[in-house]
Amino acid sequence: MQRKIQGALRKAFPIVFWLLVWAVCYRAVGQDLLLASPAQVLRRFSFVGEAAFWQSVGMSLWRTAAAYGLGVVIACVLAVGCHLSRLLDEVISPALLVIRATPVASFIILALVWLSSANVPVLAGVLMVTPVVFANVREGIRSTDPQLLEMARMFGWSAVKTWRRVIIPTVLPTFVAACEACVGLCFKATIAAEVIGVPKNAIGTQLYNAKIYLETDALLAWTLVVILLSLVMERLLKAAFERGLRRVHHT
Amino acid sequence: MSIILDKVSRSFDGRQVLQDVSLTLPERGAVCFFGPSGCGKTTLLRLICGLDKPDAGRVMTPEGTRFACHFQEDRLLPWYTAAENLRLAAPGVDAQEWLSRVHLPDAAHLYPSELSGGMRRRVSLARALAYPADVLVLDEPVRELDEATAEAMLNLIAHSVGDRLLILVTHDRKQAERLGCRIIPIPLT
Repeated sequence: MQRKIQGALRKAFPIVFWLLVWAVCYRAVGQDLLLASPAQVLRRFSFVGEAAFWQSVGMSLWRTAAAYGLGVVIACVLAVGCHLSRLLDEVISPALLVIRATPVASFIILALVWLSSANVPVLAGVLMVTPVVFANVREGIRSTDPQLLEMARMFGWSAVKTWRRVIIPTVLPTFVAACEACVGLCFKATIAAEVIGVPKNAIGTQLYNAKIYLETDALLAWTLVVILLSLVMERLLKAAFERGLRRVHHT
Repeated sequence: MSIILDKVSRSFDGRQVLQDVSLTLPERGAVCFFGPSGCGKTTLLRLICGLDKPDAGRVMTPEGTRFACHFQEDRLLPWYTAAENLRLAAPGVDAQEWLSRVHLPDAAHLYPSELSGGMRRRVSLARALAYPADVLVLDEPVRELDEATAEAMLNLIAHSVGDRLLILVTHDRKQAERLGCRIIPIPLT
């Protein structure tokens, strides 16, 4: 029991410490416009009872999920295609390297010319996820044990059976690692695109409005919402992947 | 129809491993490639099975010939149990029965990581023997096994060959004689 209390206190300590630092900074700055206090931000959380809050959160999560799903599917299809075709690999791999190195804001601004503001966040998320998952899946396929591939050939396995029984289980750990790493990035890129594109019903739009109307407390409250949602998504996805991996991969 | 090798040569990184090897293997029975380490026995097996291509010469195999290989490495899929590994290679076989034949009756639900090196090699051997092949290719099948187990495995191999061709690779002439193999010496190039 005492150990549990000690553990809880140890976990709570950094949170309390940073809240105190925040409170001290608020006192030092002395202007609500520049920095809101923890209490002001907490009061702002009353927006949880408003329909607009849930509409914004729901739509942002929906866009993130769409971007994430699309990004993962596109990455896997391209990685398999590049494995099968050298020509495709020579065309796609450098393009994805360029996308990975380009600031996502550049794509967002460019995409706003072509797409509606509601769809740009999805594109931003896709561009964040695809290169990372592609690189990991591609590397995973490359690292498949050639001796196991020979064994499959020897026993006359079809291409489908070889992929299902040898290549996919080999790729799974690197694929899962990429997927876990990308979910937070995808969410943040989607929100960033919403801040620039200002679509209807979006966390990014709420952040933009808070900035326009100089509501520092709202800005910080929405930022906390983003952090919390990001943590919850990462945890849920990690747990789901670990469960899935345990079922498939016993090594 | 026999497997014919016609003036087959193969080199790796400039090192000649096989040079102008010509052989005609029987349709059935047992042969053993015998020779010192590095003389190209495994390379010859790989060429016969179609896993490698010669630099020169031809390997002629009757169309549709099915090979069952027991490699020097166990080559088991680490994410499947011993029984699953067997069933994946030879669907429809009684995996439990085959595991019992290689003295591993309790290993069906164990993963390769839970088996010792010798146990893994026996699962691999069971997989090769269970596969309905025309040619059985066994590369050092009883390596890493104790004397009694090795003897039992040689017995099993002798009983499992049936109407097929057995190609054995070993350093141990006694093993080849034990299986009634015609010895084909492979000289060091």
